[in-house]
Amino acid sequence: MDKTNQVPIYDSARQGSAALEELRAIFNYRYLIAQFIRRDILTRYKRSALGVAWTMLNPLGTMIILTIVFSRAFGGSQEGYAAYVLSGLIAWNFFAQSTNAATLHLVWGGSLLKKIYIPRTSFAVSATGTGLINLLFSLIPLVLVMLVIGVPIRWTIIFLPIPILFLAMFALGIGLLISTMAIYYADIAEMYQITLTAWMYLSPVIYSPEILPEVYRLWIIRLNPMYYLIELFRMPIYYGQVPDLNLVLISAGIALFTLFAGWMFFTSRSDEFAYRV
Amino acid sequence: MGAGESLLVESNGEVIRLEGVGVRYRIASERVITFKEYLIRRFQGKITLGDFWALRQVDLSINKGQMIGLIGPNGAGKSTLLKLIARVMRPTKGRVLVKGMVAPLLEFGAGFHPDLTGRENIFLNGAMLGFTNDEMQEKFDRIVEFAELWEFIDVPVRNYSSGMVARLGFAVATDIDPDILILDEVLSVGDESFQRKSLSRMEEFRHQGATIILVSHDMDTILEMCQQSVWLDHGQIKMIGSSGEVVDAYREDQESSDGAADEA
Repeated sequence: MDKTNQVPIYDSARQGSAALEELRAIFNYRYLIAQFIRRDILTRYKRSALGVAWTMLNPLGTMIILTIVFSRAFGGSQEGYAAYVLSGLIAWNFFAQSTNAATLHLVWGGSLLKKIYIPRTSFAVSATGTGLINLLFSLIPLVLVMLVIGVPIRWTIIFLPIPILFLAMFALGIGLLISTMAIYYADIAEMYQITLTAWMYLSPVIYSPEILPEVYRLWIIRLNPMYYLIELFRMPIYYGQVPDLNLVLISAGIALFTLFAGWMFFTSRSDEFAYRV
Repeated sequence: MGAGESLLVESNGEVIRLEGVGVRYRIASERVITFKEYLIRRFQGKITLGDFWALRQVDLSINKGQMIGLIGPNGAGKSTLLKLIARVMRPTKGRVLVKGMVAPLLEFGAGFHPDLTGRENIFLNGAMLGFTNDEMQEKFDRIVEFAELWEFIDVPVRNYSSGMVARLGFAVATDIDPDILILDEVLSVGDESFQRKSLSRMEEFRHQGATIILVSHDMDTILEMCQQSVWLDHGQIKMIGSSGEVVDAYREDQESSDGAADEA
């Protein structure tokens, strides 16, 4: 019964790479991530009669409004405009909701960090997980809309996990960056909201980039990571094409870089969070 | 394996050691909470940061199986000390060594979600303490039994009384085999019979060899439960010794400072 040799020893002075330690911690606490996701899904729908159907109805409603309002303005050249808008909205909503939730959970739930040790990235990771589940649900109305308006669903849909993975990595990276800043300044969360609105209109969510004048188009495309990620998301499902290798590589680069930067930034500061929240 | 670590393992029974520990909070001279304000003030050169040391040069060694009382006035650094041991915070200076699993019992039910049922919250809270679903499944019946909440286990926690929340929180947090248990003014929850139950659970832990750190403003609790006590004052250790002596000295000090305040 010699327990002493196996018990974990915590030494505040022995600190390896914070980023790697956090990675190990988040793996050890995977059940917590699952519980956080479960909590978010359950509490969001528990007190509404329609329950999980909201995940599907919400983008559907927006899509219907946008289609009615904009199909003449933006959609003239776009075949199956409703499906174009809906696929863009699904990708965008996933990104916006995950990054927002990551920030809000850390700011409002952060008092937990002062009480017990849990990996600090669990808020952002679980927020992205919750977003992924919602995204999967919202694919159902997309497929239905495509069937109804006659946009063919091709076998290329099997490539959909690739853009979803890159979107998730990008969202997690941005979520970690923004939530770190939000810990220090109370107005970051609000400023981010405004940024998100502007960002959405600068991304090809409700319009096709072809309708823009050449000059703006280049800027919007070149400097906006979401352009690549949304287009990659649409490829296997809306366009029915095998994802273009170039686009895959650019998106992978964006996703990897953002996640890496966000993770490093967050973990290099997360020891201070308990002093701040 | 570092030098400190091997020391900790070899010296018989030392489970917690603090070496020259200091904790500094940075406090801006003007409270800046928004990024906009920060930019403006920074530009105007108005921001200066003040240092506040919540703990200074604290050296402490606690052995396995000890039940230690931690006393001191508000703002003395007691909670900060507990946070260091629970590895919620890293010290600004010095070193903290802790051997074994620490169960932090800071405020029961802190992680509960009001819209979730008692059952759902047990699993959520268990995961926060680092347990798997299977482990929680195994504990579940015992926890509900101890909290005496069978009737309400599938009711959302928002409909619980505060006593029920505390009971459930206590039951989840103590259905473990911790090496070190941290209690921050928490024995005052629940009715008398539940308090007796929690006290006997504390005794159980001690028999199993757990080390317990108890923070309380109630000197009678300290005298009753802890052989040794630490008196913290303004971030420094003022006295360590048997609870009787430390509590006496602390009471004397409190009375004299009260007297001084009355005269002023």
